[in-house]
Amino acid sequence: MTATSAPPYAAPTVAAEAPTPPRGRRRLPFSPWHLLLLPLSLLFAVPLIWLLLSSVMSNAEINRFPPALWPSHFDFGGYRYVLGNAMFPRWFANSLIVSVATVAGNLVLGTLGGYAFARMRFTGSRLLLGMMMATMAVPFQLTMIPTFLVMKELGLIDSLGALIVPSLVTPFAVFLLRQFFLSLPRELEEAAWIDGCSRLRTLCQVVLPLSRPALSTVAVLTFLSTWNDLTWPLIAINQETQYTLQLGLTTFQGQHHTNWAAVMAGNVITVLPVLLAFLAAQKTFIQSITSSGLKG
Amino acid sequence: MSRLPSPITIERPHPDRRRRKRRSEAATAWTFAAPSAVIILGLGVVPVVWSLLLSFQANNLVTPSHWTGLDNYRALAEDPRFSEAVRNTLLYVVLYVPLSMVAGLMLAHALNRRIRLVGLYRTLIFVPFVISATAQGVLFSFILDPDFGAANAVLHHLGISSQGFLTDPSQALLVLVAITLWSGTGFCLVVYLAALQDVPQSLIEAAILDGANRRQVLRYVTLPTLSPVSVFLVLWQTINALQVFDLVYVTTKGGPLGSTTVIVYFIWEQAFKNGAAGYGAAAAYVLAVVLGLTAAILRIVRRRERRSLEGATA
Repeated sequence: MTATSAPPYAAPTVAAEAPTPPRGRRRLPFSPWHLLLLPLSLLFAVPLIWLLLSSVMSNAEINRFPPALWPSHFDFGGYRYVLGNAMFPRWFANSLIVSVATVAGNLVLGTLGGYAFARMRFTGSRLLLGMMMATMAVPFQLTMIPTFLVMKELGLIDSLGALIVPSLVTPFAVFLLRQFFLSLPRELEEAAWIDGCSRLRTLCQVVLPLSRPALSTVAVLTFLSTWNDLTWPLIAINQETQYTLQLGLTTFQGQHHTNWAAVMAGNVITVLPVLLAFLAAQKTFIQSITSSGLKG
Repeated sequence: MSRLPSPITIERPHPDRRRRKRRSEAATAWTFAAPSAVIILGLGVVPVVWSLLLSFQANNLVTPSHWTGLDNYRALAEDPRFSEAVRNTLLYVVLYVPLSMVAGLMLAHALNRRIRLVGLYRTLIFVPFVISATAQGVLFSFILDPDFGAANAVLHHLGISSQGFLTDPSQALLVLVAITLWSGTGFCLVVYLAALQDVPQSLIEAAILDGANRRQVLRYVTLPTLSPVSVFLVLWQTINALQVFDLVYVTTKGGPLGSTTVIVYFIWEQAFKNGAAGYGAAAAYVLAVVLGLTAAILRIVRRRERRSLEGATA
């Protein structure tokens, strides 16, 4: 019943596509589209509701068949286990450090690079920009093996540095910010130079205050991709103390496959920051995600 | 007597000073651009070449490698596990990309109207997209657990016998497609919704004035204006689907019986588990070429479409 098959969307939608006679529509006190949209959106929500519910159930209730569909009482044993005995707090901190560092890196270095390519002339800038943009088309799988070898040479394997350095600045951030800076009126900056501002000061005091939309897009997309990544931490990290939440969660599941309450509590802890950030800034998230693709 | 304003004369900057200024400008520009350039080129361009070299070598990431020429590529062509991975990946793409787009378009059409709760519906359908593939995988291995899972409990209530889901070789890949549909349809939805809201109202009104009914408006006005977005979505969804890895790693580890081994899982397994980095690099190059071809084909389609659109309006 959960989102296990595609046909459920197709069938009712096609049925509803048939033009409803206007007379029939009058009889409902609400739009007939609700009859389709309410169950469908609940279908998307059910797995997440089940995630929250099972994280506050006792294992006894989860592990009987059929499992209880509603907890008889809220049992926080799962949370107590993952916060007390397991490494989850440490992994949470690791994920946070890596995410904050990459978001900050992309904002700062992306702004500097993007501004240089948008407004300043220097020899080789075209070629450099072209090469940087070309790397956007290179899939990560192609570079992951040499990147691992580079990180090994730098002695960063098994440290958070190995997770931060490769995504400290992405060509996407440079490109997006450059395009945004190009769209700003030049006159403002020129006025600032005439007043004697340096390039850096103009950038910080004139350009950046106008660049909030582009900066938040970079921040949102960097945070999402760093926080949610599993592939690279899986390759670069072996030591349990250096795990990120995603890597920790999947390892934890492998070791505790009978303690589902704890696994689900860990899962809630893993998704909660992203979920809360999304709910708090939904508009920014959706705009960033749709615009990222359409411009690429 | 009023004084006439005296003309302001600005001394022409000495050419030497101007050159110095330009040079210092270039120096500032380089300082601004250098950190991104070093990181992006160092970890973007260098590895591309390195990977190519690796693909002609036998390398286990530890001991020095030696040259083997085209052996890796020859072995790939004959490796039944690799061809299985290619087949699985293509099946996954062929199922996921059209289904996610059709479902996303239908939902966008349903949500593109002014009724109550529309914002809530959109949020609920989109929210799985921001959840990591790891969390999705862990959650669905729990829900779809053949012994204790909620899915089988529901089937039990409906009088349907228990299913193996991710443990059944004939179902596992389809279940992975379904999980990705759960999380990925929301992306197509928001992209289509944004595009639908950009369809010029004047076009729709003109069509209605010309006597088009609602269905004809959808067929002849709305859908054609969506085609650039659809081309983009095909490209985007295909590229992402060809690179699926995290979900497979968390749920099935390529099993059961290799039924969910996809290309990236094959690459990872060869390079980082079996210590055959050269072989993995060769497989990665095959994937990169496929991805590049997909992008190139779609770019041509896009350009042709744009030209035909321009032709139509001209």
